[in-house]
Amino acid sequence: MTVEIRVQAVKPLRNTFGHIARRFGDKAASRYQEGTYDIQSEVNHHYKPLWDPERDLYDQRRTAVVMKDWYALKDPRQYYYGSWTIARAKQQDAVDRQMEFAEKKELLRSLPEAARKAIVFALVPLRHFEWGANTNLCLVSAYGWGTAVTQAASMATMDRLGMAQHISRLGLLADGNSGESLVQAKHFWTDHSDWQPLRREVENLMACRDWFEVIVAQTLIADSLVYGLFFNQFDSKFSSEHGPGLSTVLDFLTRWHDESNKWVDAVVKPVVAESESNRTQVQAWADHWRIAFLSALSPIAQGIMGPAGRDALAEINTKLGARLVKLGLQDHGAAL
Amino acid sequence: MTTPKAPAKKLSLKENYALLTRDLGWKPSYQTEDALFPAVKFEGIKIHDWDKWEDPFRLTMDAYWKYQGEKERKLYAIIDAFQQNNGQFNVSDARYLQALKLFINGVIGLEYSAHRGFNIVGREFPGVGTRIAAQMQAIDELRHAQTQIHALSHYNKYFAGMAEFPHQFDRTWYLSIPKSFFEDAITSGPFEYIIAICFSFEYVLTNLVFMPWMSGAAYNGDMSTVSFGFSAQSDEARHMTLGIEVIKFLLEQDPANVTIVQGWIDKWFWRGYRLLTLIAAMMDYMLPKRVMSWSEAWDIYFEQNGGALFADLARYGIRMPKHWEVTVKEKGHVSHQLWSTFYQFRHAAGFPVWLPTPEEMDWMSLKYPETFDKYYRPRYEHWAELERQGKPFVNATLPQLCQTCQWPLLFTEADDPTEICYREGSYLGEKFHFCSDGCKDIFSKEPEKFVHAHLPVHQIYQGNYFNAGVNPTAPDFNPLVEALKYMGINPGVDGGDFAGHIDAMNWELWTKRPANMHAPTTPNTAPERKSA
Amino acid sequence: MSHSTQPVFIALQANNDTMPIVEAILADNPHAVAHEYPAMVKIDAPGRLVVKRESVEERLGREFDLRELQINLISLSGSLDETEDEFILQWNAA
Repeated sequence: MTVEIRVQAVKPLRNTFGHIARRFGDKAASRYQEGTYDIQSEVNHHYKPLWDPERDLYDQRRTAVVMKDWYALKDPRQYYYGSWTIARAKQQDAVDRQMEFAEKKELLRSLPEAARKAIVFALVPLRHFEWGANTNLCLVSAYGWGTAVTQAASMATMDRLGMAQHISRLGLLADGNSGESLVQAKHFWTDHSDWQPLRREVENLMACRDWFEVIVAQTLIADSLVYGLFFNQFDSKFSSEHGPGLSTVLDFLTRWHDESNKWVDAVVKPVVAESESNRTQVQAWADHWRIAFLSALSPIAQGIMGPAGRDALAEINTKLGARLVKLGLQDHGAAL
Repeated sequence: MTTPKAPAKKLSLKENYALLTRDLGWKPSYQTEDALFPAVKFEGIKIHDWDKWEDPFRLTMDAYWKYQGEKERKLYAIIDAFQQNNGQFNVSDARYLQALKLFINGVIGLEYSAHRGFNIVGREFPGVGTRIAAQMQAIDELRHAQTQIHALSHYNKYFAGMAEFPHQFDRTWYLSIPKSFFEDAITSGPFEYIIAICFSFEYVLTNLVFMPWMSGAAYNGDMSTVSFGFSAQSDEARHMTLGIEVIKFLLEQDPANVTIVQGWIDKWFWRGYRLLTLIAAMMDYMLPKRVMSWSEAWDIYFEQNGGALFADLARYGIRMPKHWEVTVKEKGHVSHQLWSTFYQFRHAAGFPVWLPTPEEMDWMSLKYPETFDKYYRPRYEHWAELERQGKPFVNATLPQLCQTCQWPLLFTEADDPTEICYREGSYLGEKFHFCSDGCKDIFSKEPEKFVHAHLPVHQIYQGNYFNAGVNPTAPDFNPLVEALKYMGINPGVDGGDFAGHIDAMNWELWTKRPANMHAPTTPNTAPERKSA
Repeated sequence: MSHSTQPVFIALQANNDTMPIVEAILADNPHAVAHEYPAMVKIDAPGRLVVKRESVEERLGREFDLRELQINLISLSGSLDETEDEFILQWNAA
């Protein structure tokens, strides 16, 4: 159906929605803005939640930190659903090429037995760490306040599932699709003494119900230490002994982590900057979980890297301290 | 262990999915199950083995991103083209735009609510398979909310009543119907939530929202909405399979679950049905080019399809939902009763309202041979006569709302369409009002929950619906005007009569076509060009 | 489990990509009937409907992953069972 209209004569009456114009002025808005700001319901809630009758359905009291405007936690990547899936699809295409290559060339399968076993012991159990992270980010997406932070948490939840599945595929690359590496890795996660302290802290974090504390503990503290130790330090040592085959299939994880950190920083910084009481609270959380995860990672660091594991962890911890300072916190340099 | 020399085993779709997903969870040792999953016992549902959950669509994240990314690319290409070519001027007439306002102000909020509700379930269920399914649906619902916002964004630039959709969703009187529906679901426990939404809404009733609405968009030249709709529907297909899997899983886990689930099916069928009355009026009255009548849609999508579904579930001991016969008796009435109500309260609506023309009434006579000419044509013709006399009918009071579904009490007795259906109940010495036995039953089972309903009409009468800084003692204080402003409705601009409305006037100015194709008002807007 | 004859359906967007899929479905399901609506094709069948990967590939001229159905799928009814080779919708009788 075609209709001829005098296009030049028709000027729009307004450039965007009322709530967007009140924030940014009456001009053309981005898709991120229109899809994010002020979308979540805020007032006049019906019914008390049966699962939390002391609070409202959406309730700012579900975290100890306080913000005048939770939409200050803008995602610097400006991910709304469409831009996120398209970005991930593009990344996934590259990953598929890497994995196909790795499978064809048997990059992991053809390693010496000890090296293969090292991968299964050191890395494949992290699929469960990722499932714990999925659980935790899902808490943020469920109980957080405002579309800005909860939508990013929702995407991060699915990203963690993607990482868990990617790590599982690494296992399958190592065991020729028999699935044995996954069985072994689960056994390590549930029973091997080197892994238990980390699993303990993951479970402790899964029991935490303050959603901003969970963001700090999981994405700022735990992920920095874990990704730094396993996908950076361990990978470097492994590559120096066995060549770059492993690095090529860890590339997806490290790139994702770097991208995600931009979001984490953008979320923590404004909360810290908002008030003295927020800063004190976030500092307390950061310190508590830093000590917990550092001590929890010590056995496995040495388990996978020998004595060098201690130095590796110290190096990552130093980097984390510097990052905390950048975010407006103090580096209390937790001891190992 | 396969030797390095033997080729790697080839995995089937099922095997691959199972390996990548199934065993991710573990039994906690350092915290109790209850500490990690505190919300799964209080509803009385018994789950003995979460691993019995079968994933119907075995979508790993790499496949999810690939296929969803592809869908988004295609959809946004269409939205971009629509915007660049001013596609909003291609719809059949300016009345169609008013149907879009129901969509933008009522449905986006529902999609977003669903997103949050599924995030809750995605966290609170212990089973890996169920959590992943819920999390995927959560992110799909975010997709729907955002693609709807983006698809409709361009319309907002040209037409009234669309700029305040989140503000209105929280405050406008008729929008408390969808808002309370979803908030009832999310404030329930996780098992009730998935029965309410996955099964009752996404499976039993979803076709009634999307098929007629999207076909309506297609019939009326709305490329943007039709593209959104069909793109979203492919997600809905996954949601529907989740719905049917959910119900079977719960029913197969323990026979004690059957009674509880049946109770929820009864409640949510009725609440969902009442919510859909908005669709009924939209289909019969707001689409300039109509696809089918509400009565026909209900027959196909509930009586036939729903009948097949419940026949399948009979082996678990599940029966048709309570009061289903009422919905069949009402199908010849609800759309007309609703439109009559919106007509009477058009000065308080966020969109303009109009009377059906003789041509449109003839279509209704055809589609509703037993009810339209007998009960509804006479009132429309009477109101049209009053309009011609310059004395248009307006209802000057505020309607009484049902405590449960929050509709005005506009529905009639199932066996007597000349009697408004009033029901009453009491709790802790207070009296409550309902539109039907279905709504009264819901309240009676959970009175403590439903007394907390936020009823906009009550709030207006209590003096709560005014913006900060408004002085009720000022001489020029107008409570209706102030209430409308509070709701995000522009008084005297957004609502009222369609003829003379700013959308109608701008439409004719911009497109040189009639604002109402069934009632062209001036010679220079008579259709000059035929549709291609 | 015995099969019922209650109606199942699959609805697809009507476009260039779905033409071979619709053809394949109608060829493999003799009791199925296609109804055309604006921008949509709805295929109804009593009791059971199967989409076969091979049949689609024959008509498409390239490899086809049944998961690609997601891109153009609008709606469906019936219980779903999906493998690499077949996408089956059916109702099971009591």
